[in-house]
This record gives sequence, structure tokens and C-alpha cells, in this order.
Amino acid sequence: MSDTAETAGDIAAGRLKPAELAANFADAHPPLSPHEAVVEANRCYFCYDAPCREACPTGIDIPGFIRRIATGNLRGSALTILEANIFGGSCARVCPTEILCEGACVRLAEEDRPVRIGALQRRATDWLMAQDPRPFTRAAATGRHIAVVGAGPAGLACAHGLARLGHEVTVFEARAKPGGLNEYGIAAYKLTDDFAQREVAWLLSVGGITIEHGRALGRDLDLAALRRGYDAVFLGIGLAGVRALGLAGETLGGVRDAVDFIAELRQTADKGRLPIGRRVVVIGGGNTAIDAATQARRLGAEEATIVYRRGPAEMSATHHEQDWAQTNGVRIRHFAAPHRLLASGGRVAGVEFMRTRLDAAGRAVATGETYTLHADMVLKAVGQVFVPDPVHGDGTLALALDEGRIAVDAGRRTSLPGVYAGGDCIAGVDLTVAAVEDGKIAAASIHRQLLG
Amino acid sequence: MADLSTTFAGIRSPNPFWLASAPPTDKAYNVVRAFEAGWGGVVWKTLGEDPPIVNVSSRYGAVRYNGVRVAGFNNIELITDRPLAVNLREIAEVKRAWPDRAVVVSLMVPCTEASWKAILPPVEDTGCDGIELNFGCPHGMSERNMGAAVGQVPEYVEMVAAWCKQHSRLPVIVKLTPNITNILAPARAAQAGGADAVSLINTVTSITGVDLDLMAPEPVVDGQGTHGGYCGPAVKPIALHMVGDIARDLPGLPISGIGGISTWRDAAEFIALGAGTVQVCTAAMHHGFRIVDDMIDGLSNWMDARGYRTLADFHGAAVRNYVHWGDLNLNFRTLARIDQDLCIRCGLCHIACEDTSHQAIAAQRIDGRRRYEVIDAECVGCNLCAHVCPVDGCITMAPQPTTQPKLVWAQHPNNPLRVAAAAE
Ligand SMILES: Cc1cc2nc3c(=O)[nH]c(=O)nc-3n(C[C@H](O)[C@H](O)[C@H](O)COP(=O)(O)OP(=O)(O)OC[C@H]3O[C@@H](n4cnc5c(N)ncnc54)[C@H](O)[C@@H]3O)c2cc1C
Ligand SMILES: Cc1cc2nc3c(=O)[nH]c(=O)nc-3n(C[C@H](O)[C@H](O)[C@H](O)COP(=O)(O)O)c2cc1C
Ligand code: SF4
Ligand code: SF4
Ligand code: SF4
Repeated sequence: MSDTAETAGDIAAGRLKPAELAANFADAHPPLSPHEAVVEANRCYFCYDAPCREACPTGIDIPGFIRRIATGNLRGSALTILEANIFGGSCARVCPTEILCEGACVRLAEEDRPVRIGALQRRATDWLMAQDPRPFTRAAATGRHIAVVGAGPAGLACAHGLARLGHEVTVFEARAKPGGLNEYGIAAYKLTDDFAQREVAWLLSVGGITIEHGRALGRDLDLAALRRGYDAVFLGIGLAGVRALGLAGETLGGVRDAVDFIAELRQTADKGRLPIGRRVVVIGGGNTAIDAATQARRLGAEEATIVYRRGPAEMSATHHEQDWAQTNGVRIRHFAAPHRLLASGGRVAGVEFMRTRLDAAGRAVATGETYTLHADMVLKAVGQVFVPDPVHGDGTLALALDEGRIAVDAGRRTSLPGVYAGGDCIAGVDLTVAAVEDGKIAAASIHRQLLG
Repeated sequence: MADLSTTFAGIRSPNPFWLASAPPTDKAYNVVRAFEAGWGGVVWKTLGEDPPIVNVSSRYGAVRYNGVRVAGFNNIELITDRPLAVNLREIAEVKRAWPDRAVVVSLMVPCTEASWKAILPPVEDTGCDGIELNFGCPHGMSERNMGAAVGQVPEYVEMVAAWCKQHSRLPVIVKLTPNITNILAPARAAQAGGADAVSLINTVTSITGVDLDLMAPEPVVDGQGTHGGYCGPAVKPIALHMVGDIARDLPGLPISGIGGISTWRDAAEFIALGAGTVQVCTAAMHHGFRIVDDMIDGLSNWMDARGYRTLADFHGAAVRNYVHWGDLNLNFRTLARIDQDLCIRCGLCHIACEDTSHQAIAAQRIDGRRRYEVIDAECVGCNLCAHVCPVDGCITMAPQPTTQPKLVWAQHPNNPLRVAAAAE
């Protein structure tokens, strides 16, 4: 601990040259060239009852869209994708395909190299976005008006589905920009060139959707009033809360929530102005931890260490994501839980960790042995939680919860008639593609309700 | 190391790989490079009478299949566009420099005895090993009553072959056009005319594609196109069939096999079906002359593995098994077998059989896992599933033991003529 005092709090902006930063935050996986795409598309066997399709949460007809790339029918390909998943463009970039479609590709069984479904999906959707500024049409107006709360993937997928069916939609969004975590959360090198905003703008070209920004449920609006004022309500408000470590000193300078760090990074065009610690410790085992640590390294942190209380197999970050972090020079330490935050001059100086082991039930238990890591910056990524207050309003509404999130049935109906929900605010995997599926299903359910 | 040397219609070459008469054999420069690369022989690009013909610009079309380029190739070129004297001088020089290689000269002149009689002596003077009569070119020349226009009329084939035998001492190879219903007719005519051998196939009349922007067949020449001659891997099956017919029905007539030969394996198939040498054009145009390396050592390694010392050891070995449909055993049964360990569960065998064949592959889900299973009682042994399965060796066709003797159509109970035959 001897040098802690003198070097603690080494947080500085501009650790890397502008060119290095530009390269670090450019597209992590550049698009396939037209030729590469055709070659890759021809690797697809056009499976019958394709396992990849079943593994896609939005059920895209993957062999169908890939064959259309092979034949040069890019419009047909993109529309096949978008019909099932209106966020096909961002999903192509952000889906953990290794555990979804590509993880089920039969080519994997054959030769360990799946068809690059995500990259092909990007090829087709990028093509259509570039070719056609307004590819969607709407059914005749129904005169129905639906309120959607939250302009993330779930809310906008629902809004788009409803608008295409001829309904009118107003989206209430607390933040200044639409897109939800596509805009504020996803790693910068996955969605470059302002893709989140360009995609939303493109989707809104369908018409019939108005987004009101700076309008938060629970603050500016309440659910009871929305139910009265609209034919149906969809809640896609994501996860507003973050878990705390439960240690003294969480307010020390240099200690931050990883999601806030990432949101700031996403909103700062000039990455050279972002302060970053020389030694960064990230606590957690999910994709947020991976993204925070990797982006810290790419901003110029000398060391970025993820510390997780269980083993590699228990991390919710996929194997692929763990590899990716390690390729980026992130060190991952397993079986240790934060025990004490060390301070120096009101700033964090390090973290004392308690070594852990798994008990018979697979829980991490303390071993009593500790070690210390120096840290100029500590990023907390131990989980996000659903905050029910905005939907509960004055407490007179009985919106049922399930596993701490909004309870829904298969049609994404909540316990309140006319109120639907989807995305991260309901139980299930927290992925963009799953949120889109929820929004899509809810739009169909709402449509049935209104016309039924 | 197997002995690949050949003597074909009296023409010797160190290996059976010849370049077909086409752009690769257009002039001394190409041919010397080919010989340096190891080709056993060439058939020089077809010579004609002066003044030389004129070619168009924009000459080739090609078929791409699932990202594979030049699966089929088509051209609208004509015979050599260089003066006769230049070609003859170069042929003489090359032959002198490469005495161990076969140098055959391809010829096409108008269908009159005088024309043939005039061109043969200067060709013979080059010291070349033989001549090949180009009766095959399906475009451009046939409109001038040459090429396929001759090859499609057996009487002309016989007549011209006879003139050449009469006015030259060189071995005469007649190159046949596939653009005819029965290849045996011109082959017999060539034999009747005294030809020493036949070579086949020349190109198949074709349009490779239509440019949908220009609304014109490809290759497009100033907004318009014309039919051309098709060759390359796509035509190999057509060529094999025609070679096999001649080998089976005209035994003893030497055949130089041509059409889609790209690898040693293709060559081995042609030789097994009766070809004495093989000729290559498209594969060389696609990849250059260096492909002959693998052709030579691939063939020789395969022969060594099989214990064949010379080409004669397997030449024509498949001909006796090339029979007419009516000679096939109707009591033979084969069934599809799926190796479940190799199966990657793509479902292609199922959907192919289900939609288009005999509904003999069941699609099952066992604990959520896909499983494809052959229903023996429904399987007719058509091979379709084995062809569509993307995994090598995953679906095999297993011949079934039978106690019944061979039964051919002539004896089959369903054959109405069988009764008549029995009554006779
Ligand atoms: C750091 C990070 C990285 C991730 N990386 C990936 C990845 O690579 N791939 C992947 O598939 N998934 C990833 N995810 C998960 C993915 O982003 C989410 O699952 C997805 O965005 C959920 O969509 P949603 O619409 O439900 O919620 P969100 O995207 O969170 O959108 C909710 C929207 O509602 C608004 N809102 C919230 N409360 C209110 C309110 N009271 N009133 C009005 N508006 C409100 C929010 O401002 C926001 O715009 C990541 C998540 C994080 C945090
Ligand atoms: C561009 C081109 C030009 C050809 N010119 C001739 C020719 O002049 N004389 C001839 O007998 N055959 C000619 N052919 C036919 C080839 O010799 C050969 O018979 C045919 O291409 C089939 O062989 P392949 O499949 O290996 O290409 C030509 C073929 C091509 C592609
Ligand atoms: S949306 Fe995601 S999971 Fe579905 S096919 Fe596209 S990349 Fe794969
Ligand atoms: S599983 Fe793979 S090969 Fe089969 S359809 Fe899907 S992408 Fe194509
Ligand atoms: S085609 Fe082959 S790999 Fe595919 S399901 Fe059938 S047996 Fe299995």
C-alpha cells in the first residue's frame, strides 16, 4: 500500500492520441463487403426447420434472408429481417450471436465455424437503410391512439408495429434522445456513426409516431391518467436502478456506476475529453462489466481489471465477451468479492477483495483470505434493477410484479387491462433482441384487443 | 511413379494432358509457356484460310454458381485471327524446340476438296504430329458452312476426313460437335472416312445469361449478343456421355476426351470411360497453365495407389459397366443410411425427400433435438438425400442383400412386350 497515497486518484483525460481513440472507438466488426457477403451467404445450407431461426428471439427467417443475399435480392432480404425484427440493423451489431442464432447454426457442428448471420443481417439492413429512406407503409388509419412509455427498443418496436397497423402512437420518453440503451448503454464500438439515432429516425419515417421527450412516468405522467387518455398503454421503461456494493465509501470520488460511465462515454463525441483512471477496477460479471472495462482500456487506462465473485462459467457475460475483454488487455479475476473500499484524500485508492469459493448450492462464500488491488477508478457493474415506483404511482393501481419486474402473460399483457409491458422491465433475458420481440408481440396483442 | 506416357493415334506425348485448340494454344508464346509448365501436348488454335477472320470485342460469358466463378464458360470467338504463314512458322519452331511434345494442328477451311488439299501440305511441312479437323465450332464459322455446319452432317464428316487422309500422311483426328442428337453418327462417319481418331466435345451451343439492364444476351457486344459455345465444368457430364457412347459402340476408335476437365480426377474418369488423351481449355483459362502440375502428380499418385503402372492398365476400364438402361438389374435395392453422429441436423434430406421424392425421411424431435430417420419401407434408393446432404459421408446408400437373380426390363412382368417375347 506504500505507493497508494502518492499515485491515488490518477484520473485524466486524453491519455491517448486522437487517432488512437478514433481507431479504438471505430466499428469493432466492420461490415462485409458485397463480395464477402455473397461468399458468406453461400455458406448457408438453407436448412429446413432451421435451428438458427429457432434460436433467434425474434424468429427471423434466417435461411430465407440469407438466400436472398446470395441471389442479389437485398431488398427482399432486408424486409424479411425487418418483418420479424424492426431493429434488425442494431441487432445485427449488438446481438450476442454466439449464444443465439450463430450458436445454433448447423455449420458449427460441422466445422466449428457458423455462418456469420449477424454480419449478413447487417449487410442487408445497411443496404436498405442506404437505399430507401422510407421503406415502410401504414394500413388505413384506425383512429385508435396508444401511449408507449420509454423510447428504447421495446417501446419503439411496439410503436412501429402499431403505426404500421394504422394506429396513432405517442411515445413518452424521460431522456433527451430516443433509443434507450442503444443510445446510452451499448458499447460505443458496436454502434458507431450515430447508428442508434439514424436507425430510430429511419424507423420513425413510417409516420404516426410522436415522441415526447423529457416526459417521465411517475414524475410528469401517471399510469392511471394514461389508461384513461389512450386506448392502450405499453410500458418499456427498462431498468432504472443499479445495485450498490453495500460497502462504506461508495460515494468516494472515483467510484461510479458502470452504466453512468458508459452513458457519458456514449454521449461524448470527443473521447479525448473523457477522464479515465490509470488503474480501473470493474466489479461484476455481466456484459456491462465487460463493456466498461474494455472501453476503459480503449480510453487509455493502463490497467483494467474485472473482479467477479464466482468463476468464468457463472459469469453472465458470454464466453465470447470474456475473450473479447481479454483480447483488449482486460484482466479478469474470479472468485473474489469486494470487501472494503480504500480511500485516500476523499478519493478511492483501492479495493480490498475477499477471496471466495462456491458452496454446494453454487453461491459464492467468503474464504477469509483477502487481497488488495490499487485503483484510481472503481466501476460498479453488479446488476441493474427494475424500479417499480413510476408505474405504481399513488399506489392505487395493482400492477403485479414477477421476480421484481412487471408480470406479463404470453401476449405481454400486464395484470391491468389495457396495459402491456416488455423489454428489460419484464422478467427474462435482458437483450435488445428480446426487447424487440416483446414490443412486436405487444403490438399484435394490442391490435387484437382494439379490433377484437 | 506411374508411367503417364501415351501414344494416341500414333502421336506420342509424355503425359495425356493436352491443351485443346483455343486461346491457350493461340501462338508460340502461349504454347512454349505451356510446355515449360509440363503439358504433354497441344492442339494449336484452329487455322483457316487467309485473310484471317475478325473477332469481336467482348467475347466471353461465364456462369457463376453460388459464388463459384466460371462454373460454365462460353465464347463467341472464331478460329485464329492471325495470318496462316505466321502460325505455320511458329508451329514449326515450337515443334523443333519441343520434339517430345505432341503438336497437333487444328484446321477449318471451306468444305471443298481444293481448300483442304491446299492447306494440308504446308501444315505437314511444319513437322507437326497430326491434324485435328474442327467440325465443332457452333458459332460464326457454321454460318460460313464450316465448323458445326459440317460436323452436324455425317456425310460431310466422312468426305472431309477422307480428303485429309488422301492428301496427307498425318494422323487425322476429327473433333466432334456435341450439338447433335446422336454422337455415334458423326463418329461412325469419321471412322468411315478413315480418320485415325476422334476428339470430343467441342462447345455446346449456349447463351450463358441475359443482361437484365441492357436486355441483351451475354456477352454483350454493343448492346447485342449472340449464342456462343459452352464449355467448362458444367459440360463435363455431356462430354463423358458422348465419349462413353463412342467407346462402347465403336471399340478401337481412339478418343481424345474434352469437356470440363479441370483436375486429374476428371481426367481419370475420361480415361476410364475410354479416352486415350484428354484436352483442357477452360480450366487453363481460369487458372493458368500451372494446373497441370496437380493433374500430373494427382493422376500418378492415384495410379500408384491403385497399382496401375500405365494408363493402359485402366484405360476403358469403366466402359464394360456402361450399359443401356434395359441391361440394369431391376432386382437391385439400395437404401439411404444416415450416420447420426455426422448428421448436423440441417433437415435438407427431409425436405428434399418430403417435397419432391418419396416421403421416406421422417423429421423427428427427441427431447427437443432434431433427428432425421430413413423410413426403409418408403425409401426407393433414389440417392437424392445423399446428394443434397452437405456433410461428406453422412448419408450413404447401402446396397441391400437379395436372394433374387438379376432381372432386366426385357423379362420384367410389367413389360407388355415380355409376353410377346415369350410367345415367339
Ligand atoms: C452497458 C450495457 C450494455 C449492453 N450491451 C448489450 C449488447 O451488446 N447486446 C444486447 O443485446 N443487449 C445489450 N444490453 C441490454 C440491452 O441494451 C437491453 O436489453 C435493451 O436495451 C432493453 O430495451 P428496453 O427497451 O427494454 O429498455 P431500455 O433500452 O433501457 O429503454 C428504456 C427507455 O425507457 C426510458 N424510461 C425509463 N424510465 C422511464 C420513465 N419512468 N418514463 C419515461 N421513460 C422512461 C429510458 O430513458 C429508455 O429510453 C446492454 C445493456 C447495458 C446496460
Ligand atoms: C474461347 C474459346 C475458343 C475456342 N476456340 C476453339 C477453336 O478454335 N477450335 C476448336 O476446335 N475448339 C475451340 N474451342 C473449344 C475447346 O477446344 C474445347 O473443345 C471446349 O472448350 C471444351 O473444353 P473445356 O470444357 O475444357 O473448355 C474454344 C473454346 C473456348 C473457350
Ligand atoms: S436478431 Fe440477433 S439473434 Fe436474431 S438473427 Fe439477427 S443477429 Fe441473430
Ligand atoms: S443453421 Fe446455419 S446453415 Fe442452417 S440455415 Fe441457419 S445459418 Fe444457414
Ligand atoms: S441432410 Fe445430412 S446432415 Fe442434413 S439432416 Fe439430413 S442427414 Fe443430417
